Amino acid sequence: MKAKNQRLVLIMVAVVAMLGAVLLAMSGLKDQAAYFYAPSDVLKSPPALDRPVRLGGMVRKGSLKKLADGVSVRFIVEDEAHAIPVQFKGILPDLFREGSGVVAEGRFLNNQQFVADNILAKHDERYMPPQMAGDQHKTGRVS
Amino acid sequence: MHAYANPARFLKIARPLTHWFGWIGGLLLLLCVGWGVFAGPADYLQGETVRIMYIHVPAAWLGMAGWSGIAIASAMQLIWRHPLAGIAARACALPGAVFAALCLATGSIWGRPTWGTWWEWDGRLTSMLVLFFLYLAYMALASAEQEADGEAGGEGRMTAIFGLVGAINLPIIHYSVLWWRTLHQGQSISLMKGSSIDGSMLWPLLGAAVGASLLFGAVVLMRMRAELARTKLEMRMRRLAAS
Repeated sequence: MKAKNQRLVLIMVAVVAMLGAVLLAMSGLKDQAAYFYAPSDVLKSPPALDRPVRLGGMVRKGSLKKLADGVSVRFIVEDEAHAIPVQFKGILPDLFREGSGVVAEGRFLNNQQFVADNILAKHDERYMPPQMAGDQHKTGRVS
Repeated sequence: MHAYANPARFLKIARPLTHWFGWIGGLLLLLCVGWGVFAGPADYLQGETVRIMYIHVPAAWLGMAGWSGIAIASAMQLIWRHPLAGIAARACALPGAVFAALCLATGSIWGRPTWGTWWEWDGRLTSMLVLFFLYLAYMALASAEQEADGEAGGEGRMTAIFGLVGAINLPIIHYSVLWWRTLHQGQSISLMKGSSIDGSMLWPLLGAAVGASLLFGAVVLMRMRAELARTKLEMRMRRLAAS
């Protein structure tokens, strides 16, 4: 084999090996590298109660309620399988909406109750002008 | 490709190409960003902040394309010892780093009103920051190796290996939003599934991306020509000193 071809094979093998290592590492890290817990993960393997965690999912439509003190809200974060009620005191980000993604930072009081001290709105991959979205942009804001 | 191993032949093509790429790319970029920012629609959810996308997305693509260029050129250098490959790889580093930094900065500015945070250590954001650091490390290594080689004028093989190995970050960036749960949204434009961005925003975005790519190409060609001129000058100076 010519030296040139030898180098070609060597580098191709190296690249394939590196790619394989990355793919393995990424799939192995799937749970650790996740930025937040989904409600069904929490029910499957509940995180320690005294540990700050992030809970992410969709805000259930019609679940957003303002509490009597005027600055606290309650809503339900859900995924396909499960739902967890969240309580939060503070200012919600502009993009926070019912039916849209959210990441809540805070801690669990127990398996059924999450208290958030920070709320991040998660944007999805759809981009469109308001006239195309119709009434979608008017839903579920607390006023 | 080996036809262009001769610098004179390469320069003959590179000189006019630099101008074409630079002017067409710059104009296209300005036009399309202007179109998106001033004439395009606001988003139904994000409102006006969506306009940051016309800078952020092309910058992100080119930040990644820059390292793809480094990796491909490095492989050509290591396998075929193409004399211009190393120069091309090193020429991609600075514009790539600038675009990666632009992507991080605009993303941060977009994240504050949209997500409610300047920065979060999620998979996409972190891997993009790693890409920026890789660029800095690559440039430091390239200049250190060239300095160490000095008069010997080595090929910069260490730099090339680093450029090739650093490419493992590219699939991580791409798949971070698909395989891991991240705060960053999933991909909006895919070759297989089309786009979930409305046409009124997609076209100026694609135009801006093409314009920025041409501009990127012009900068790479310019830097390659500067590097070739510098080598030529050094050789001439050495010959003068010897005689």
